[in-house]
Amino acid sequence: MDINQIKIKVEGVNFYYGSKQALRDIALDIYKNKVTAIIGPSGCGKSTFIRLFNRMNDLIPGARFEGKILIDGNNIYDPKLDVVDLRRSVGMVFQKPNPFPKSIYENVAYGLSINGIRDKGYIADKVDKSLKDAALYSEVKNRLSDNALALSGGQQQRLCIARALAVEPEVLLMDEPASALDPTATLKIEELIHELKKKYTIIIVTHNMQQAARISDYTAFFMMGELIEYDITSKIFTKPSKKITEDYITGRFG
Amino acid sequence: MYFNYLHLREIVYKWIFNILAFASLLFLFGITIILFKEGLPLFKEVSAVKFIFGTSWYPTHEHPEYGILPLILASLLVTAGALFFCIPLGVGSALYIHELAGFKQRAFLKPLIEILAAIPSIVYGFFGMVVVAPFLQRVLNLPVGLTAFTGSLILGVMATPTVCSIAEDALSFVPKSFREASYAVGANRWQTLTKVVLPAAGSGISTGIILGMSRAVGETMTVLMVTGGAAVIPRSIFEPVRPMTSTIAAEMGEAVMGSIHYHALFAIGLILFLFTLVFNIIAEIISRRFRLKLGLGR
Ligand SMILES: Nc1ncnc2c1ncn2[C@@H]1O[C@H](COP(=O)(O)OP(=O)(O)O)[C@@H](O)[C@H]1O
Ligand SMILES: [Mg+2]
Repeated sequence: MDINQIKIKVEGVNFYYGSKQALRDIALDIYKNKVTAIIGPSGCGKSTFIRLFNRMNDLIPGARFEGKILIDGNNIYDPKLDVVDLRRSVGMVFQKPNPFPKSIYENVAYGLSINGIRDKGYIADKVDKSLKDAALYSEVKNRLSDNALALSGGQQQRLCIARALAVEPEVLLMDEPASALDPTATLKIEELIHELKKKYTIIIVTHNMQQAARISDYTAFFMMGELIEYDITSKIFTKPSKKITEDYITGRFG
Repeated sequence: MYFNYLHLREIVYKWIFNILAFASLLFLFGITIILFKEGLPLFKEVSAVKFIFGTSWYPTHEHPEYGILPLILASLLVTAGALFFCIPLGVGSALYIHELAGFKQRAFLKPLIEILAAIPSIVYGFFGMVVVAPFLQRVLNLPVGLTAFTGSLILGVMATPTVCSIAEDALSFVPKSFREASYAVGANRWQTLTKVVLPAAGSGISTGIILGMSRAVGETMTVLMVTGGAAVIPRSIFEPVRPMTSTIAAEMGEAVMGSIHYHALFAIGLILFLFTLVFNIIAEIISRRFRLKLGLGR
């Protein structure tokens, strides 16, 4: 029974921006090759939470972390850990598509070249493969040297996914990846996520309740920095165990 | 009633701004016209080729000669020298302020740089003449301290705040999301700076350099005071030279109005005007491309 293999364990996590506490005593397990959705009203700490997994919050001056996060049993907040290795194995896709002002090819190749890979043939293969995995290849294969900013918003976001995939991560973090996209582009991203979970463990923040219900296997509901409820998605959306969860998912506030 | 008053006020404002905008255009237009009107008559007496490529400038001689090649070369030499100082200083300090300085240091350094840019050029010139030139003369063991090198050094320092300020703006225009994206695939700070931030800010930084350069080319007081003033083709950077601007400033007072010399000085002004015009057009093209590149122009 390895359907529910634990990939990430979060234990007793508190997080502070200066003196302001943004996350309070969070504990949960994230399962391998599943999509875990993080939902909750804005400002409840969803982005803060998801940015803990690749230590993106380290870049914020005055921020402080307490607790433990284990990926495959290794504490990623161990002072001896190499953050570069961590970020290679935990990719991230941001809310607004943020391709570099470089060519499509260079965008995808970026992660490889900064990680010291020089083999041109290998890089070229990897770029093609990542673009295919991100369901973008057929649309850009004839113009890989065009500037990435010439792509549409939805294409840019899939390019960012390809850029993240190129360094072969195991976990993929997505912070409201479709919130800046139109419905068609959103649908494409959702289909893509469904494909990607075969290979990756995905944690996705979403503002959109229907989206969480459509694409995720597990759902965590946050409010004011606390984890209110965490369960199988179908359970959260049909018979949540807390009244406040029900109020939120039925749109009584938010 | 109330609505009419607002409406009227809007019309008045609009006209005031129209007139102001039109006035500066008018000044620019007027200056250009006068430059041409007073400069062009020279070419009835001296051919344009002789003027630009002539190697001797003896406007007050018995048999006057009006070749400004030494002056053009002096301007280019001093400007190139100034770039040699202001690019590393300006871009370096912009990088420091942007990447390394903490919040408090930045809050202190930014205004300081802007004050530095506001110091009148005569102060730099005076400082260069009284302090820097004698010092260089002693240390480098030169016959004179007032040389192209001294001019380059002082102009370079003068242009540094301009370069730094614009370069820093360019760096801060680079969206935070580019950095995040770079860190997220495992880049370190140095890689992020050299592979993402600098290329994205590159054309903005070049704009700063070109504007710093056009400041150096057009600078008058300082070069007049520190470059020594010899109108000969410079053979080394440690010799006195006479750039175009200081020639105009030094000789306008003695040139008889309407004389060939007088028209020649205006013609030099015309050449200078074309130089800075070209610099500024290049800067504008680059900065427009920069906005496009960052997706700000759409
Ligand atoms: N860099 C920061 N510095 C200080 N406070 C922050 C910072 N980022 C987020 N916060 C605060 O932390 C809380 C959680 O923010 P965030 O994780 O962005 O919420 P969400 O993604 O759920 O909208 C908010 O109250 C927000 O104001
Ligand atoms: Mg957020």
